[in-house]
Amino acid sequence: MSNPGVIIAGAAETDEIGRLPHISTLGLHLEAARNAVADAGLTMRDIDGIATVSGPGPVQVAHALGIYPDWVDGTGVGGTSFLLHVRHAVAAIRAGYAKTILITHGESGRSRVGAPPYRLDLASPAGQFEAPYGTLGPTTTFTIPALRYMKEYGLTHEQLAYVPVAQRQWAAKNPRAMFRDIITVEDVLASRIVAYPFHLLECCLVTDGGGALVVTSADRAADFPKPPVHVLGTGEASETPMISQMVDFTESRAFRQAGRRAFTEAGITVADVNHLMIYDAFAHVPIYGLEALGFVGKGEGGAFIAEGNTEPGGVLPLNTNGGGLSYTHTGMYGMFAIQEGVRQIRGEAAAQVDGPDISVVLGNGGMFATSGVLVLGKQAR
Amino acid sequence: MSPASAVPPARPKAVPIPTPETQPYWDGAAAGELRIQRCRDCRQAYFYPRPLCPSCGSGDVEWFTASGRATLYSYVINHRPAPGFEADAPYAIAVVQLAEGPRMMTNLVGVAPTPEALELDMELRVAFEQRGDVTLPVFTPAEVESEDS
Repeated sequence: MSNPGVIIAGAAETDEIGRLPHISTLGLHLEAARNAVADAGLTMRDIDGIATVSGPGPVQVAHALGIYPDWVDGTGVGGTSFLLHVRHAVAAIRAGYAKTILITHGESGRSRVGAPPYRLDLASPAGQFEAPYGTLGPTTTFTIPALRYMKEYGLTHEQLAYVPVAQRQWAAKNPRAMFRDIITVEDVLASRIVAYPFHLLECCLVTDGGGALVVTSADRAADFPKPPVHVLGTGEASETPMISQMVDFTESRAFRQAGRRAFTEAGITVADVNHLMIYDAFAHVPIYGLEALGFVGKGEGGAFIAEGNTEPGGVLPLNTNGGGLSYTHTGMYGMFAIQEGVRQIRGEAAAQVDGPDISVVLGNGGMFATSGVLVLGKQAR
Repeated sequence: MSPASAVPPARPKAVPIPTPETQPYWDGAAAGELRIQRCRDCRQAYFYPRPLCPSCGSGDVEWFTASGRATLYSYVINHRPAPGFEADAPYAIAVVQLAEGPRMMTNLVGVAPTPEALELDMELRVAFEQRGDVTLPVFTPAEVESEDS
Protein backbone atom coordinates (compact mmCIF):
# COMPACT_ATOMS: atom_id res chain seq x y z
CA MET A 1 0.00 0.00 0.00
CA SER A 2 1.62 3.20 -1.15
CA ASN A 3 -0.28 5.40 1.28
CA PRO A 4 -0.62 3.55 4.57
CA GLY A 5 -3.44 4.70 6.79
CA VAL A 6 -3.10 7.25 9.54
CA ILE A 7 -5.41 7.65 12.53
CA ILE A 8 -6.17 10.03 15.34
CA ALA A 9 -5.59 7.80 18.36
CA GLY A 10 -5.94 10.40 21.10
CA ALA A 11 -7.98 13.60 21.31
CA ALA A 12 -8.90 15.80 24.23
CA GLU A 13 -9.53 19.39 25.28
CA THR A 14 -8.45 21.15 28.45
CA ASP A 15 -10.40 20.18 31.58
CA GLU A 16 -12.33 23.42 31.30
CA ILE A 17 -12.88 25.97 28.56
CA GLY A 18 -14.22 29.47 28.87
CA ARG A 19 -12.69 31.94 31.30
CA LEU A 20 -9.52 30.50 32.84
CA PRO A 21 -7.43 33.32 34.35
CA HIS A 22 -5.51 30.81 36.48
CA ILE A 23 -3.82 29.09 33.48
CA SER A 24 -1.33 30.58 31.02
CA THR A 25 -1.26 29.96 27.28
CA LEU A 26 1.59 27.48 27.79
CA GLY A 27 -0.25 25.88 30.69
CA LEU A 28 -3.26 25.30 28.45
CA HIS A 29 -1.04 23.56 25.87
CA LEU A 30 0.40 21.29 28.53
CA GLU A 31 -2.95 20.39 30.07
CA ALA A 32 -4.39 19.58 26.64
CA ALA A 33 -1.30 17.53 25.76
CA ARG A 34 -1.52 15.51 28.96
CA ASN A 35 -5.22 14.82 28.38
CA ALA A 36 -4.76 13.76 24.75
CA VAL A 37 -1.79 11.49 25.47
CA ALA A 38 -3.75 9.88 28.32
CA ASP A 39 -6.76 9.51 26.01
CA ALA A 40 -4.52 7.47 23.68
CA GLY A 41 -3.31 5.36 26.59
CA LEU A 42 0.27 6.57 26.02
CA THR A 43 2.93 8.50 27.93
CA MET A 44 5.02 11.48 26.81
CA ARG A 45 7.91 9.06 26.18
CA ASP A 46 5.92 7.58 23.29
CA ILE A 47 5.76 10.93 21.47
CA ASP A 48 8.43 11.44 18.78
CA GLY A 49 6.95 14.32 16.80
CA ILE A 50 5.35 17.62 17.78
CA ALA A 51 3.40 20.34 16.04
CA THR A 52 1.92 23.59 17.27
CA VAL A 53 1.84 27.30 16.56
CA SER A 54 3.98 30.07 18.01
CA GLY A 55 3.79 31.17 20.61
CA PRO A 56 4.71 29.28 22.57
CA GLY A 57 5.72 27.10 19.60
CA PRO A 58 6.77 23.49 19.26
CA VAL A 59 10.20 23.84 20.87
CA GLN A 60 8.77 25.32 24.07
CA VAL A 61 5.87 22.89 24.25
CA ALA A 62 8.05 19.83 23.56
CA HIS A 63 10.64 20.91 26.12
CA ALA A 64 8.06 21.62 28.80
CA LEU A 65 6.67 18.12 28.27
CA GLY A 66 10.13 16.51 28.38
CA ILE A 67 9.90 15.52 24.72
CA TYR A 68 12.96 15.62 22.41
CA PRO A 69 11.21 15.06 19.07
CA ASP A 70 12.55 13.72 15.78
CA TRP A 71 10.03 15.82 13.86
CA VAL A 72 8.97 19.43 14.48
CA ASP A 73 6.27 21.48 12.73
CA GLY A 74 5.65 25.10 13.70
CA THR A 75 3.27 25.96 10.87
CA GLY A 76 1.36 29.00 12.05
CA VAL A 77 -1.21 30.23 9.56
CA GLY A 78 -4.03 31.20 11.89
CA GLY A 79 -6.85 29.22 13.41
CA THR A 80 -6.72 26.43 10.84
CA SER A 81 -3.07 25.63 11.62
CA PHE A 82 -3.96 22.47 13.55
CA LEU A 83 -5.69 21.01 10.50
CA LEU A 84 -2.49 21.61 8.55
CA HIS A 85 -0.52 20.00 11.37
CA VAL A 86 -2.67 16.87 10.99
CA ARG A 87 -2.03 16.89 7.24
CA HIS A 88 1.70 17.32 7.74
CA ALA A 89 1.68 14.61 10.42
CA VAL A 90 0.05 12.20 7.96
CA ALA A 91 2.88 12.87 5.51
CA ALA A 92 5.55 12.53 8.19
CA ILE A 93 4.17 9.22 9.42
CA ARG A 94 3.96 7.89 5.85
CA ALA A 95 7.52 9.01 5.24
CA GLY A 96 8.75 7.36 8.42
CA TYR A 97 9.96 10.63 9.96
CA ALA A 98 7.93 10.05 13.12
CA LYS A 99 5.63 7.40 14.54
CA THR A 100 3.52 9.13 17.19
CA ILE A 101 2.86 12.83 16.74
CA LEU A 102 1.39 15.22 19.30
CA ILE A 103 -0.43 18.34 18.07
CA THR A 104 -1.29 20.93 20.72
CA HIS A 105 -3.34 24.09 21.01
CA GLY A 106 -3.67 26.38 24.00
CA GLU A 107 -4.73 29.99 24.02
CA SER A 108 -5.56 32.42 26.76
CA GLY A 109 -7.63 34.36 24.25
CA ARG A 110 -9.91 36.00 26.78
CA SER A 111 -7.78 36.35 29.91
CA ARG A 112 -4.53 36.98 27.97
CA VAL A 113 -2.37 35.21 30.57
CA GLY A 114 1.10 34.54 29.20
CA ALA A 115 -0.28 35.37 25.76
CA PRO A 116 1.75 37.10 23.06
CA PRO A 117 0.53 40.67 22.39
CA TYR A 118 -1.42 41.41 19.25
CA ARG A 119 0.85 43.67 17.22
CA LEU A 120 0.72 44.54 13.55
CA ASP A 121 3.93 45.62 11.80
CA LEU A 122 3.05 48.95 10.16
CA ALA A 123 5.68 48.31 7.45
CA SER A 124 4.01 45.05 6.38
CA PRO A 125 1.57 45.16 3.46
CA ALA A 126 -1.39 44.91 5.86
CA GLY A 127 0.22 47.53 8.10
CA GLN A 128 0.61 49.95 5.20
CA PHE A 129 -2.53 49.29 3.21
CA GLU A 130 -5.19 48.23 5.73
CA ALA A 131 -4.35 49.30 9.29
CA PRO A 132 -4.33 53.07 8.49
CA TYR A 133 -8.05 52.76 7.68
CA GLY A 134 -8.96 51.84 11.23
CA THR A 135 -9.01 48.06 11.13
CA LEU A 136 -9.01 46.42 14.53
CA GLY A 137 -8.84 42.67 14.26
CA PRO A 138 -11.27 40.22 12.70
CA THR A 139 -14.52 42.08 13.44
CA THR A 140 -13.39 44.87 11.11
CA THR A 141 -11.88 42.76 8.33
CA PHE A 142 -13.24 39.21 8.21
CA THR A 143 -16.68 40.80 7.98
CA ILE A 144 -16.09 43.05 4.97
CA PRO A 145 -16.95 40.55 2.20
CA ALA A 146 -20.46 39.90 3.54
CA LEU A 147 -22.28 42.92 2.08
CA ARG A 148 -20.96 42.07 -1.39
CA TYR A 149 -22.24 38.52 -1.00
CA MET A 150 -25.62 39.84 0.20
CA LYS A 151 -25.95 42.09 -2.82
CA GLU A 152 -24.84 39.45 -5.36
CA TYR A 153 -26.92 36.57 -4.01
CA GLY A 154 -29.78 38.17 -2.10
CA LEU A 155 -28.77 36.79 1.30
CA THR A 156 -31.00 38.60 3.81
CA HIS A 157 -30.11 39.98 7.23
CA GLU A 158 -32.59 37.47 8.67
CA GLN A 159 -30.87 34.53 6.96
CA LEU A 160 -27.49 35.67 8.21
CA ALA A 161 -28.95 36.00 11.71
CA TYR A 162 -30.30 32.46 11.49
CA VAL A 163 -26.79 30.97 11.46
CA PRO A 164 -26.21 31.57 15.21
CA VAL A 165 -29.84 30.60 15.87
CA ALA A 166 -29.29 27.17 14.28
CA GLN A 167 -26.01 26.61 16.07
CA ARG A 168 -27.41 27.62 19.44
CA GLN A 169 -29.77 24.65 19.14
CA TRP A 170 -26.72 22.37 19.16
CA ALA A 171 -25.06 24.35 21.96
CA ALA A 172 -28.20 23.94 24.08
CA LYS A 173 -27.41 20.20 24.14
CA ASN A 174 -23.79 20.70 25.16
CA PRO A 175 -23.03 21.39 28.84
CA ARG A 176 -19.53 22.68 27.96
CA ALA A 177 -20.85 25.33 25.58
CA MET A 178 -20.49 28.87 26.88
CA PHE A 179 -23.87 30.05 25.50
CA ARG A 180 -26.75 27.54 25.76
CA ASP A 181 -29.98 29.56 25.85
CA ILE A 182 -32.12 29.19 22.72
CA ILE A 183 -32.19 32.41 20.68
CA THR A 184 -34.33 33.75 17.85
CA VAL A 185 -33.59 35.79 14.74
CA GLU A 186 -35.19 38.73 16.55
CA ASP A 187 -32.72 38.32 19.43
CA VAL A 188 -29.80 38.34 17.02
CA LEU A 189 -31.00 41.40 15.13
CA ALA A 190 -31.69 43.20 18.44
CA SER A 191 -28.13 42.60 19.72
CA ARG A 192 -25.82 45.56 19.29
CA ILE A 193 -24.12 46.21 15.99
CA VAL A 194 -20.39 45.47 16.12
CA ALA A 195 -19.57 46.14 12.49
CA TYR A 196 -22.58 46.54 10.20
CA PRO A 197 -24.01 44.21 8.94
CA PHE A 198 -22.80 42.10 11.89
CA HIS A 199 -24.51 42.09 15.28
CA LEU A 200 -22.86 40.84 18.44
CA LEU A 201 -24.55 37.43 18.26
CA GLU A 202 -23.20 36.97 14.73
CA CYS A 203 -19.62 37.23 16.07
CA CYS A 204 -17.72 34.45 17.82
CA LEU A 205 -16.92 34.22 21.49
CA VAL A 206 -13.52 35.06 22.92
CA THR A 207 -12.45 32.38 25.39
CA ASP A 208 -9.56 30.51 27.01
CA GLY A 209 -8.91 26.83 26.37
CA GLY A 210 -6.94 24.24 24.51
CA GLY A 211 -6.99 20.87 22.83
CA ALA A 212 -4.56 18.28 21.55
CA LEU A 213 -4.38 15.28 19.25
CA VAL A 214 -2.21 12.17 18.98
CA VAL A 215 -1.71 11.01 15.39
CA THR A 216 -0.16 7.67 14.43
CA SER A 217 -0.32 4.89 11.84
CA ALA A 218 -3.52 2.89 11.37
CA ASP A 219 -1.75 -0.45 11.74
CA ARG A 220 -1.51 0.34 15.47
CA ALA A 221 -5.26 1.02 15.79
CA ALA A 222 -5.85 -2.00 18.03
CA ASP A 223 -3.28 -0.74 20.55
CA PHE A 224 -5.39 2.17 21.81
CA PRO A 225 -8.31 2.33 24.24
CA LYS A 226 -10.55 4.46 21.99
CA PRO A 227 -11.89 3.53 18.55
CA PRO A 228 -9.62 4.88 15.78
CA VAL A 229 -10.59 7.93 13.77
CA HIS A 230 -9.16 7.47 10.29
CA VAL A 231 -7.74 10.49 8.47
CA LEU A 232 -9.10 9.68 5.01
CA GLY A 233 -8.20 12.85 3.19
CA THR A 234 -6.63 16.23 3.81
CA GLY A 235 -6.20 19.52 2.00
CA GLU A 236 -4.58 22.89 2.61
CA ALA A 237 -4.47 26.19 0.77
CA SER A 238 -3.65 29.85 1.20
CA GLU A 239 -5.24 32.79 -0.53
CA THR A 240 -4.53 36.25 0.83
CA PRO A 241 -2.79 38.01 3.74
CA MET A 242 -5.24 40.94 3.40
CA ILE A 243 -9.02 40.74 3.17
CA SER A 244 -9.00 43.56 0.59
CA GLN A 245 -7.08 41.29 -1.79
CA MET A 246 -9.44 38.30 -1.60
CA VAL A 247 -10.00 37.18 -5.19
CA ASP A 248 -13.82 37.25 -5.06
CA PHE A 249 -15.69 38.52 -2.00
CA THR A 250 -18.51 36.04 -2.60
CA GLU A 251 -16.47 32.86 -2.31
CA SER A 252 -13.43 31.44 -0.56
CA ARG A 253 -10.94 30.14 -3.05
CA ALA A 254 -8.85 28.65 -0.21
CA PHE A 255 -11.85 26.74 1.21
CA ARG A 256 -12.66 25.32 -2.24
CA GLN A 257 -9.06 24.42 -3.05
CA ALA A 258 -8.40 22.67 0.27
CA GLY A 259 -11.77 20.92 0.12
CA ARG A 260 -11.19 19.50 -3.34
CA ARG A 261 -7.86 18.03 -2.33
CA ALA A 262 -9.32 16.44 0.78
CA PHE A 263 -12.42 15.01 -0.92
CA THR A 264 -10.38 13.67 -3.85
CA GLU A 265 -7.86 11.96 -1.59
CA ALA A 266 -10.64 10.43 0.49
CA GLY A 267 -12.53 9.37 -2.62
CA ILE A 268 -15.77 10.86 -1.35
CA THR A 269 -18.48 13.23 -2.52
CA VAL A 270 -20.71 15.47 -0.41
CA ALA A 271 -23.32 12.67 -0.42
CA ASP A 272 -20.98 10.55 1.74
CA VAL A 273 -20.69 13.17 4.49
CA ASN A 274 -22.97 12.86 7.52
CA HIS A 275 -21.33 15.31 9.89
CA LEU A 276 -19.73 18.65 9.14
CA MET A 277 -17.73 21.24 11.05
CA ILE A 278 -17.10 24.64 9.46
CA TYR A 279 -14.97 27.23 11.27
CA ASP A 280 -17.43 29.91 12.28
CA ALA A 281 -15.69 33.03 13.52
CA PHE A 282 -18.61 34.99 12.05
CA ALA A 283 -22.07 34.03 10.81
CA HIS A 284 -21.24 34.26 7.11
CA VAL A 285 -18.34 31.80 7.24
CA PRO A 286 -20.46 28.59 7.40
CA ILE A 287 -22.38 29.88 4.36
CA TYR A 288 -19.14 30.35 2.41
CA GLY A 289 -17.97 26.92 3.63
CA LEU A 290 -21.09 25.03 2.58
CA GLU A 291 -20.80 26.51 -0.91
CA ALA A 292 -17.04 26.05 -1.27
CA LEU A 293 -17.29 22.36 -0.39
CA GLY A 294 -20.17 21.88 -2.80
CA PHE A 295 -22.91 20.94 -0.31
CA VAL A 296 -25.10 23.62 -1.91
CA GLY A 297 -24.87 25.78 -5.01
CA LYS A 298 -23.44 29.26 -4.97
CA GLY A 299 -25.75 31.67 -3.19
CA GLU A 300 -27.79 28.88 -1.59
CA GLY A 301 -25.96 28.50 1.75
CA GLY A 302 -27.98 31.04 3.73
CA ALA A 303 -31.34 29.60 2.71
CA PHE A 304 -30.08 26.05 3.35
CA ILE A 305 -29.29 26.91 6.97
CA ALA A 306 -32.41 29.05 7.46
CA GLU A 307 -34.58 26.14 6.25
CA GLY A 308 -33.31 24.07 9.18
CA ASN A 309 -31.08 21.63 7.28
CA THR A 310 -28.07 22.00 9.57
CA GLU A 311 -29.74 22.10 13.00
CA PRO A 312 -30.79 19.14 15.16
CA GLY A 313 -33.04 16.92 13.06
CA GLY A 314 -31.74 18.38 9.79
CA VAL A 315 -30.14 16.43 6.93
CA LEU A 316 -26.62 17.80 7.49
CA PRO A 317 -25.61 18.27 11.14
CA LEU A 318 -23.27 21.29 11.18
CA ASN A 319 -21.16 22.68 14.03
CA THR A 320 -22.69 20.30 16.53
CA ASN A 321 -20.65 21.55 19.49
CA GLY A 322 -22.29 24.97 19.04
CA GLY A 323 -19.31 26.31 17.11
CA GLY A 324 -17.22 29.38 17.68
CA LEU A 325 -20.48 31.32 17.90
CA SER A 326 -21.73 29.46 21.00
CA TYR A 327 -19.29 26.75 22.20
CA THR A 328 -15.87 28.35 22.50
CA HIS A 329 -13.43 30.40 20.43
CA THR A 330 -9.98 30.94 21.83
CA GLY A 331 -8.77 32.83 18.77
CA MET A 332 -7.52 29.77 16.90
CA TYR A 333 -10.67 27.67 16.90
CA GLY A 334 -9.61 24.96 14.44
CA MET A 335 -8.51 22.53 17.15
CA PHE A 336 -12.01 22.55 18.66
CA ALA A 337 -13.62 21.82 15.28
CA ILE A 338 -11.35 18.77 14.89
CA GLN A 339 -12.13 17.63 18.45
CA GLU A 340 -15.87 17.65 17.73
CA GLY A 341 -15.36 15.72 14.50
CA VAL A 342 -13.40 13.09 16.43
CA ARG A 343 -16.04 12.90 19.17
CA GLN A 344 -18.83 12.43 16.63
CA ILE A 345 -16.99 9.63 14.80
CA ARG A 346 -16.22 7.94 18.13
CA GLY A 347 -19.82 8.34 19.25
CA GLU A 348 -18.97 10.32 22.38
CA ALA A 349 -20.22 13.84 21.53
CA ALA A 350 -22.52 15.77 23.88
CA ALA A 351 -24.97 16.31 21.02
CA GLN A 352 -24.26 13.00 19.32
CA VAL A 353 -25.68 12.58 15.82
CA ASP A 354 -26.78 9.19 14.57
CA GLY A 355 -23.60 7.19 13.96
CA PRO A 356 -21.76 9.30 11.39
CA ASP A 357 -19.35 7.37 9.15
CA ILE A 358 -17.67 10.45 7.75
CA SER A 359 -17.09 13.84 9.34
CA VAL A 360 -15.59 16.71 7.37
CA VAL A 361 -13.80 19.55 9.18
CA LEU A 362 -13.20 22.83 7.32
CA GLY A 363 -10.78 25.22 8.99
CA ASN A 364 -10.15 28.90 8.33
CA GLY A 365 -7.00 30.85 9.11
CA GLY A 366 -6.80 34.63 9.35
CA MET A 367 -9.53 36.39 7.40
CA PHE A 368 -10.18 33.92 4.57
CA ALA A 369 -6.36 33.79 4.42
CA THR A 370 -5.77 30.06 4.68
CA SER A 371 -7.72 26.85 4.91
CA GLY A 372 -7.30 23.26 5.94
CA VAL A 373 -9.81 20.47 5.39
CA LEU A 374 -9.87 17.02 7.01
CA VAL A 375 -12.04 14.06 6.06
CA LEU A 376 -12.38 11.84 9.14
CA GLY A 377 -13.88 8.36 8.99
CA LYS A 378 -15.00 5.53 11.21
CA GLN A 379 -13.53 3.00 8.76
CA ALA A 380 -10.38 2.97 6.65
CA ARG A 381 -11.11 3.26 2.94
CA MET B 1 -6.62 62.81 41.09
CA SER B 2 -8.26 65.08 38.57
CA PRO B 3 -10.71 63.53 36.12
CA ALA B 4 -8.41 64.44 33.24
CA SER B 5 -5.51 62.41 34.63
CA ALA B 6 -7.73 59.30 34.70
CA VAL B 7 -8.15 59.47 30.94
CA PRO B 8 -5.44 57.41 29.21
CA PRO B 9 -3.39 59.35 26.69
CA ALA B 10 -5.00 59.22 23.28
CA ARG B 11 -3.24 56.83 20.94
CA PRO B 12 -2.81 58.17 17.42
CA LYS B 13 -4.18 56.57 14.29
CA ALA B 14 -1.85 54.05 12.65
CA VAL B 15 0.71 55.70 10.38
CA PRO B 16 1.99 53.44 7.60
CA ILE B 17 5.73 52.86 7.35
CA PRO B 18 6.80 52.85 3.67
CA THR B 19 9.31 50.28 2.44
CA PRO B 20 11.59 50.66 -0.61
CA GLU B 21 9.11 48.75 -2.77
CA THR B 22 6.14 50.89 -1.73
CA GLN B 23 7.80 54.32 -1.51
CA PRO B 24 6.62 55.46 -5.00
CA TYR B 25 3.01 54.86 -3.92
CA TRP B 26 3.42 57.07 -0.87
CA ASP B 27 5.38 59.67 -2.84
CA GLY B 28 2.50 59.73 -5.32
CA ALA B 29 -0.06 60.24 -2.56
CA ALA B 30 2.01 63.13 -1.19
CA ALA B 31 1.85 64.66 -4.67
CA GLY B 32 -1.92 64.17 -4.81
CA GLU B 33 -1.77 61.21 -7.19
CA LEU B 34 -2.85 57.59 -6.83
CA ARG B 35 0.12 55.74 -8.30
CA ILE B 36 -0.11 51.99 -8.78
CA GLN B 37 1.76 49.45 -10.87
CA ARG B 38 1.20 47.51 -14.06
CA CYS B 39 3.05 44.77 -15.88
CA ARG B 40 4.74 45.73 -19.12
CA ASP B 41 4.53 42.14 -20.34
CA CYS B 42 0.91 41.17 -19.66
CA ARG B 43 -0.38 44.75 -19.16
CA GLN B 44 -2.19 43.78 -15.94
CA ALA B 45 -2.58 46.62 -13.42
CA TYR B 46 -2.14 45.53 -9.81
CA PHE B 47 -2.16 46.63 -6.20
CA TYR B 48 -0.55 46.42 -3.53
CA PRO B 49 2.94 47.53 -4.61
CA ARG B 50 5.44 44.73 -5.21
CA PRO B 51 8.29 44.12 -7.62
CA LEU B 52 6.81 41.16 -9.51
CA CYS B 53 3.60 40.95 -11.54
CA PRO B 54 1.16 38.68 -9.64
CA SER B 55 -0.48 37.63 -12.91
CA CYS B 56 2.52 36.45 -14.93
CA GLY B 57 5.54 36.70 -12.64
CA SER B 58 7.33 39.22 -14.80
CA GLY B 59 9.70 41.64 -13.14
CA ASP B 60 9.22 44.14 -15.94
CA VAL B 61 6.70 46.36 -14.16
CA GLU B 62 6.08 50.10 -14.14
CA TRP B 63 4.37 52.72 -12.04
CA PHE B 64 1.56 54.82 -13.48
CA THR B 65 -0.95 57.33 -12.16
CA ALA B 66 -4.39 55.77 -11.85
CA SER B 67 -7.51 57.74 -12.77
CA GLY B 68 -8.60 57.91 -9.14
CA ARG B 69 -12.04 56.66 -10.14
CA ALA B 70 -13.45 53.68 -8.28
CA THR B 71 -16.67 51.95 -7.25
CA LEU B 72 -17.71 50.72 -3.82
CA TYR B 73 -17.14 46.96 -3.71
CA SER B 74 -17.98 46.22 -0.06
CA TYR B 75 -17.70 47.68 3.43
CA VAL B 76 -18.49 47.45 7.10
CA ILE B 77 -19.57 50.26 9.40
CA ASN B 78 -17.34 49.78 12.40
CA HIS B 79 -18.72 50.59 15.84
CA ARG B 80 -15.63 49.50 17.83
CA PRO B 81 -13.01 52.05 16.87
CA ALA B 82 -9.34 51.36 16.36
CA PRO B 83 -6.94 53.57 18.35
CA GLY B 84 -7.23 57.16 17.21
CA PHE B 85 -10.59 56.57 15.51
CA GLU B 86 -12.70 57.14 18.63
CA ALA B 87 -14.12 60.43 17.42
CA ASP B 88 -14.92 58.95 14.00
CA ALA B 89 -16.98 55.96 15.16
CA PRO B 90 -19.02 54.57 13.66
CA TYR B 91 -16.97 54.77 10.48
CA ALA B 92 -16.89 52.87 7.21
CA ILE B 93 -14.01 50.58 6.35
CA ALA B 94 -14.45 49.97 2.66
CA VAL B 95 -12.91 48.05 -0.20
CA VAL B 96 -13.13 49.88 -3.52
CA GLN B 97 -12.54 48.64 -7.02
CA LEU B 98 -10.39 51.01 -9.03
CA ALA B 99 -11.42 51.77 -12.62
CA GLU B 100 -8.14 50.09 -13.62
CA GLY B 101 -9.22 46.84 -11.93
CA PRO B 102 -7.35 46.35 -8.66
CA ARG B 103 -9.09 46.67 -5.31
CA MET B 104 -7.88 48.46 -2.20
CA MET B 105 -9.04 49.15 1.32
CA THR B 106 -9.93 52.71 2.22
CA ASN B 107 -12.12 55.00 4.28
CA LEU B 108 -15.04 56.90 2.81
CA VAL B 109 -15.16 60.63 3.49
CA GLY B 110 -17.78 63.26 2.69
CA VAL B 111 -20.61 60.75 3.07
CA ALA B 112 -22.60 59.56 6.07
CA PRO B 113 -21.49 56.17 7.46
CA THR B 114 -24.96 54.65 7.06
CA PRO B 115 -26.27 51.75 4.96
CA GLU B 116 -28.67 54.19 3.30
CA ALA B 117 -25.90 56.52 2.12
CA LEU B 118 -23.45 53.77 1.17
CA GLU B 119 -24.76 51.91 -1.82
CA LEU B 120 -22.58 49.18 -3.29
CA ASP B 121 -21.19 50.05 -6.72
CA MET B 122 -21.65 53.80 -6.15
CA GLU B 123 -19.05 55.86 -7.96
CA LEU B 124 -16.17 57.26 -5.98
CA ARG B 125 -13.09 59.33 -6.53
CA VAL B 126 -9.83 59.46 -4.66
CA ALA B 127 -9.09 62.18 -2.11
CA PHE B 128 -6.16 62.55 0.24
CA GLU B 129 -5.78 62.87 3.97
CA GLN B 130 -2.72 63.77 5.99
CA ARG B 131 -1.66 61.14 8.53
CA GLY B 132 1.49 62.11 10.39
CA ASP B 133 4.24 62.45 7.80
CA VAL B 134 2.32 60.34 5.31
CA THR B 135 -0.48 61.25 2.90
CA LEU B 136 -3.19 58.62 2.81
CA PRO B 137 -5.52 57.98 -0.15
CA VAL B 138 -9.20 57.90 0.85
CA PHE B 139 -12.32 57.93 -1.31
CA THR B 140 -15.36 60.17 -1.55
CA PRO B 141 -18.55 60.02 -3.65
CA ALA B 142 -17.85 61.11 -7.21
CA GLU B 143 -20.87 63.42 -7.15
CA VAL B 144 -19.18 65.59 -4.51
CA GLU B 145 -16.74 66.66 -7.22
CA SER B 146 -19.44 68.17 -9.43
CA GLU B 147 -20.97 69.96 -6.43
CA ASP B 148 -17.57 71.46 -5.65
CA SER B 149 -16.87 72.65 -9.16
